[in-house]
Amino acid sequence: MGKAGSGYSAGVKDYRQTYWEPDYPVKDTDLLACFKITPQEGVPREEAAAAVAAESSTGTWTTVWTDLLTDLDHYKGRAYRIEDVPGDPSCFYAFIAYPIDLFEEGSVVNVLTSLAGNVFGFKAIRALRLEDVRFPLAYVMTCGGPPHGIAVERDIMNKYGRPLLGCTIKPKLGLSAKNYGRAVYECLRGGLDFTKDDENVNSQPFMRWRQRFDFVAEAVKKAEAETGERKGHYLNVTAPTPEEMYKRAEHAKALDMPIIMHDFLTGGFCAHTGLANWCRNNGILLHVHRALHAVLDRDRHHGIHFRVLAKCLRLSGGDHLHSGTVVGKLEGDREATLGWIDLMREKFIPENRARGIFFDQDFGFMPGLFPVASGGIHVWHIPALVAIFGDDSVMQFGGGTLGHPWGNAAGACANRVALEACVEARNQGRQVEKEGREILVAAARTSPELKAAMETWKEIKFEFDTVDKLDTVDA
Amino acid sequence: MSEMRDYKSRRSDPASRKFGTFSYLPAMTPERIRKQVEFIVARGWTPALEHTEPTHLMDNYWYMWKLPLFGETNVDRVLAEAEACHKANPNNHVRLVGYDKLKQTQGAAMVVFRGKTV
Repeated sequence: MGKAGSGYSAGVKDYRQTYWEPDYPVKDTDLLACFKITPQEGVPREEAAAAVAAESSTGTWTTVWTDLLTDLDHYKGRAYRIEDVPGDPSCFYAFIAYPIDLFEEGSVVNVLTSLAGNVFGFKAIRALRLEDVRFPLAYVMTCGGPPHGIAVERDIMNKYGRPLLGCTIKPKLGLSAKNYGRAVYECLRGGLDFTKDDENVNSQPFMRWRQRFDFVAEAVKKAEAETGERKGHYLNVTAPTPEEMYKRAEHAKALDMPIIMHDFLTGGFCAHTGLANWCRNNGILLHVHRALHAVLDRDRHHGIHFRVLAKCLRLSGGDHLHSGTVVGKLEGDREATLGWIDLMREKFIPENRARGIFFDQDFGFMPGLFPVASGGIHVWHIPALVAIFGDDSVMQFGGGTLGHPWGNAAGACANRVALEACVEARNQGRQVEKEGREILVAAARTSPELKAAMETWKEIKFEFDTVDKLDTVDA
Repeated sequence: MSEMRDYKSRRSDPASRKFGTFSYLPAMTPERIRKQVEFIVARGWTPALEHTEPTHLMDNYWYMWKLPLFGETNVDRVLAEAEACHKANPNNHVRLVGYDKLKQTQGAAMVVFRGKTV
């Protein structure tokens, strides 16, 4: 067996000889990854970690003569640290450093193809999860990022000092375009800022995209004229091909609509990044939905953690991203959620294991985006949502607006009154989460719409435990 | 359960127009305005006042009342300026803004005196 850098000798050697370097000094320009590795029985940790480093960078299963034509010592990924997973002896964390020139500039596609590619099917490991990635600032600078970001969206929409409010139109499938536009109009005239296409509303036979866009545009414009406030509807341009996607985006622009939407995972990062660039070039906001994410991020031992997907999306581009609610019908641990909403909004996010953040992450001047709290929320959740998410967020209702006994406009009005009451109370120094009931009851005295909403939903709670918990000893 | 009501909002009725944060709550009272000024000042934001004829409320630029009150932390002085702006423009909406220079946005913006909408 030849030593690296000397003569060529065919065969298989242990990965750790080449890819395990516990003394490696991490560089500021390195891309760092933390994997949770569940090795096959009998495979030592260092060997498993080195194998992941190899398979996600330069390595293959056997030595090849062309290895000697390049400086593999420079290009290889290195496993440089191993840590126990608190409370779970079946797996461990491996930290791997990759030189920045392994990745094409501005390409989340390329990063994920390496880090989350073939290595996830590798036989020597039973399960593998990409827990976190530190993108070096030098790499962040090559990405386009959010087309506009939070501050610019506030200026475009003329909305300050509070979270934004949206509603996803239901039933999610089956409405005609004209009836759909009616539901949009009622929500917007009642006081919401945005309505939204459901993710699987694309261009089906019962409602083709062009008619939906046309009727929705009238609804948005009339609600603006009626309320004197700026309104938008996330027109879903997710399509079977990029060409079709751009055609729909162009029509939204021709209708003078302020915002469109895309599903970044099912659409794919290539299409998504292109659309984000289009939005930046055309001054149109981009709402991003995350269908497919739970397939990738829900299992504690295998897949890609949502915080990685959120970072990738911020680099690829989006002005809104669904984040979970903590309080609604969908999965989401509170501390973990606070961790990834920081990753969406802040310039610099320090390592914080209590929130599942494994690395310092510097986004430089790249704008932040709005986290969207969506899924089973209603007026009784608003005090907690104000406390958890703060102003830079979108509360995205569905049934919590449309299910109001007097209809969408009254439901929207109830949402808006409840939100404004909670924000005013918070500004007055009150503890809105604790005093939520009193705040809402007081606001309902002058809002029959809110009173009716509170009567309708008073018993509804979602108290199942989360499946994807942070790794702690008491988990 | 309360009896069903019609949602009273009409394009033909100027009173149906809203004007941003807190416009779905009852009109501000002096005590409530004071608390929001205290909040703005406590956050280190710059208080400012602007006003407009209600027919032009959708414009980005309302009339600026003097200049933003840079460095002003005295709540009574901010309230006095709001009052002065209102007295000089009794038919206009008067908005209190808190400029957050670090985030380069308005951390707070609310109409504290509502103009005549007919």
